[in-house]
Amino acid sequence: MDITLEVNGETRHLSIDPRVTLLDALRERLGITGPKKGCDRGQCGACTVHVDGRPVLACLTLAATVREPVRTVEGLAADGRPHPVQQAFAEQDALQCGFCTSGQVMSAVAAVEQEVADVREFMSGNLCRCAAYPNIVAAVEQARSTKESADARV
Amino acid sequence: MTSTETRMAGRLGDSPLRPDGTLKVTGEFAYSSDLWHDDMVWGVTLRSPHPSARIRAIDLTDALRVPGVSAILTAKDVPGENAVGLEHLDTPALADGVVRYQGEPVALVAADHPETARRAAARIVVDYEVLPAVTDPRTALDPDTPWVHADHDNLVRDLRIRRGDPSPTAPVVVSLDFEVGMQDQAFLGPESGLAVPDGEGGVDLYVATQWLHVDQGQVCRVLGLPPEQVRLTLAGVGGAFGGREDLSMHVHACLLALHTGKPVKMSYARDESFFGHVHRHPAWLRYEFGARETGELVYAKADILFDGGAYASSTPAVVGNGGTLGLGPYRIPNVHVDARGVYTNNPTCGAMRGFGCVQAAFAHEALMDELADRIGMDRVEIRALNGMVEGDLTITGQVVDSAAPVAELIRTVRDLPLPAEPAGERDIRELPGGASNTTHGEGVRRGIGYAVTYKNVGFSEGFDDYSTARVRLEVVGGEPVATVHTAAAEVGQGLITIEQQICRTELGVEQVVVHPKDTTVGSGGSTSASRQTYVTGGAVKAACEAVRASVLRRASEALGRAELRLDGEKIVAAGGEVVASLAEVLTDPVEETVEWRHRPTYPIDPETGQGNAHVQYAFSAHRAVVDVDVELGLVKVVALDTAQDVGRALNPDAVVGQIQGGSAQGMGLALMEEIVVQDGIVKNPSFTDYLIPTILDMPPMQVKVLEYADPHAPYGVRGVGEPPTISSGPAVAAAIRAATGKPLRRVPVRPEHITF
Ligand code: FES
Ligand code: FES
Repeated sequence: MDITLEVNGETRHLSIDPRVTLLDALRERLGITGPKKGCDRGQCGACTVHVDGRPVLACLTLAATVREPVRTVEGLAADGRPHPVQQAFAEQDALQCGFCTSGQVMSAVAAVEQEVADVREFMSGNLCRCAAYPNIVAAVEQARSTKESADARV
Repeated sequence: MTSTETRMAGRLGDSPLRPDGTLKVTGEFAYSSDLWHDDMVWGVTLRSPHPSARIRAIDLTDALRVPGVSAILTAKDVPGENAVGLEHLDTPALADGVVRYQGEPVALVAADHPETARRAAARIVVDYEVLPAVTDPRTALDPDTPWVHADHDNLVRDLRIRRGDPSPTAPVVVSLDFEVGMQDQAFLGPESGLAVPDGEGGVDLYVATQWLHVDQGQVCRVLGLPPEQVRLTLAGVGGAFGGREDLSMHVHACLLALHTGKPVKMSYARDESFFGHVHRHPAWLRYEFGARETGELVYAKADILFDGGAYASSTPAVVGNGGTLGLGPYRIPNVHVDARGVYTNNPTCGAMRGFGCVQAAFAHEALMDELADRIGMDRVEIRALNGMVEGDLTITGQVVDSAAPVAELIRTVRDLPLPAEPAGERDIRELPGGASNTTHGEGVRRGIGYAVTYKNVGFSEGFDDYSTARVRLEVVGGEPVATVHTAAAEVGQGLITIEQQICRTELGVEQVVVHPKDTTVGSGGSTSASRQTYVTGGAVKAACEAVRASVLRRASEALGRAELRLDGEKIVAAGGEVVASLAEVLTDPVEETVEWRHRPTYPIDPETGQGNAHVQYAFSAHRAVVDVDVELGLVKVVALDTAQDVGRALNPDAVVGQIQGGSAQGMGLALMEEIVVQDGIVKNPSFTDYLIPTILDMPPMQVKVLEYADPHAPYGVRGVGEPPTISSGPAVAAAIRAATGKPLRRVPVRPEHITF
């Protein structure tokens, strides 16, 4: 079937089998490999992307059902500058191997944007086998305070 | 270094950010599963459903009819020797007539799409004659148990240590039996890679691995090609933890690529990954300690059995560690240890972080608590009393010739502040069961546990353990730039950051480029055994020193002056006067390649186990605080505090990261991580059923880093990555015992062990 996806601000037309997941459509058809396939079963969070601003597991989402804009880790930067959450992950060294990182970053962006009360609870679907968790928490804290001071300036 | 010198950031002792960090947070970093080639095909593996069977016939007719299939290969298509293996060449690249574990590769399919390849693989008809499987390692050596390998009995290695009085007695005797389940490395990035044929009979393989050169040798053997025709480059590695020490898809992708003439990508699914790499050995341990009434150990006996599964992998070395280090970091005059690894038809086991010490630590630390309780001594002080100190002899008679701060480590964790005692109404999220709201605090008991352990660093028992570094210094755009080239795998631990720090420190240049890791430079040895900062770090340091000497030699000749030295980017004479800039002297690049080895180790005596088997020991201690819901058997780790001697922290933040990560994996084994195998069949190959710690399971950690430099090691470093995985689990298990009063002689501790 023919579908249209809006990914990171670009409109992309695809002809796919209806059973293709959003993750495979991104990675294998559009060459967008930021979202990772850690399990393909909704168990690890490495494939987390945003659909209409909401974090979703791309491996559990059929591409053909996606109507709203999709944002991946590649689409976070603005004006050539990394998103404050990405910046915070780099500065807090919130990663070791980094395989979970694109998913962590997408969940963290949602946590910061939605101002969730319990970050750890919110992020508990994103596994990190390297257990960089303490620095992940620190990165989200940093991004939050960056946002708060930016909000305060507005 | 004086304060007047210009101090550039990112030298040893600083914590510069990892050079690949930005690419990793922006999603641009290419992991092995992200690789792509326009005309590539996909490879998949058909695996045995049986733990033990003879293959009578394989019929490919139907499978070959699937449109889009470009090749199907079996053992008869292997051009070279159909045998791989880290220590014994006992593992077929593709099963030849017999399968010895569930998941053993039987056939390979290449097709234009992974789904096509999978469908075709499902149409391969393998006629199996199912055979009885050897699934209980405890009876694997019985005379009537069948041999897993027709040409070899089921004993992989038998190690004995005999020291002191052969029949010692002591006034206080304690003993126990312990059992450790099978843990998985569960790295998040699946086994994957891309093999690209060069059109001239050779192949380039891009793969996630821990040791490019040992892979290269194995791939060459199977392909029947010389190393010049099999070139490996490290692709982005999504975690390793020992699980990438053996081959996975390496040979398979190359076979398909050479057969089809096309680039071949292979990437395992998560369930397949549970069959695609070796696991941590499950172990059965029987221990006995004899001690004086005052707590000093008089003797120790241990009988340790490791289930090696179907193939040897690194079982011999794991037995080596379990045997030589398995009594813990204690001074013990009389010793009797038997450690064995056996073949079974269970999943193959091999390297995982902590390597043979993890299993033993659960037993010796549980028994140390038992001994303390029996004689009414404090559990921390009994460890301090018996703990090794520098100059002591290990149980193999080796002198511990650098710091062994066992007493300081265990007392340090004891003296760290404890979390507040629970009082009043508690936030349910902080209780066992968390937001699932299983308790409001009733039935919840707190316990505290301690453990102290040690681990060898680097490869042992006479292994020629070396690394190669090539360092080049040149001027680019008027600035001196160093390039460091090693084949040592970066797997997330931060080796490339350290390589840069060493070059900056030794050469005084700011810009250091890390060359991609590949086989065009000599071996870097394995990224395992906590050895890379030590061994590859040593090689990079030595290569920098050689470069510096060449530069100064060149400067002396050009300037006609002797006794020059390099100070930052300046060439300075003996009197301190600047005679040239580095850039002026570097008219051509200077490049040096150095192979560097640590002090030799030696095999142990086969009868007594005595010998200088190891090059360095690394010590760590943990204190765990847990809350246990004794009605439901749920455990919440409230705090997991640790102290570790790292010799010297070359990158303090990276050291802490390794300690946190390692601690979490040890805690995982104590609490939740087990591959459940029944009759040779894996019951839980998924992240739904094989649980690893989440961010909610990760307790607060206080980390105390001691720096007692090892005079024998470059910069005084001591390996960091593994010790925390060894001492954290036993501390957690001890804390649960303290909370529940249950003996808990098996890990992972399951709810039913607590409630019944
Ligand atoms: S790949 Fe989607 S949750 Fe693991
Ligand atoms: S950084 Fe390796 S899995 Fe998270």
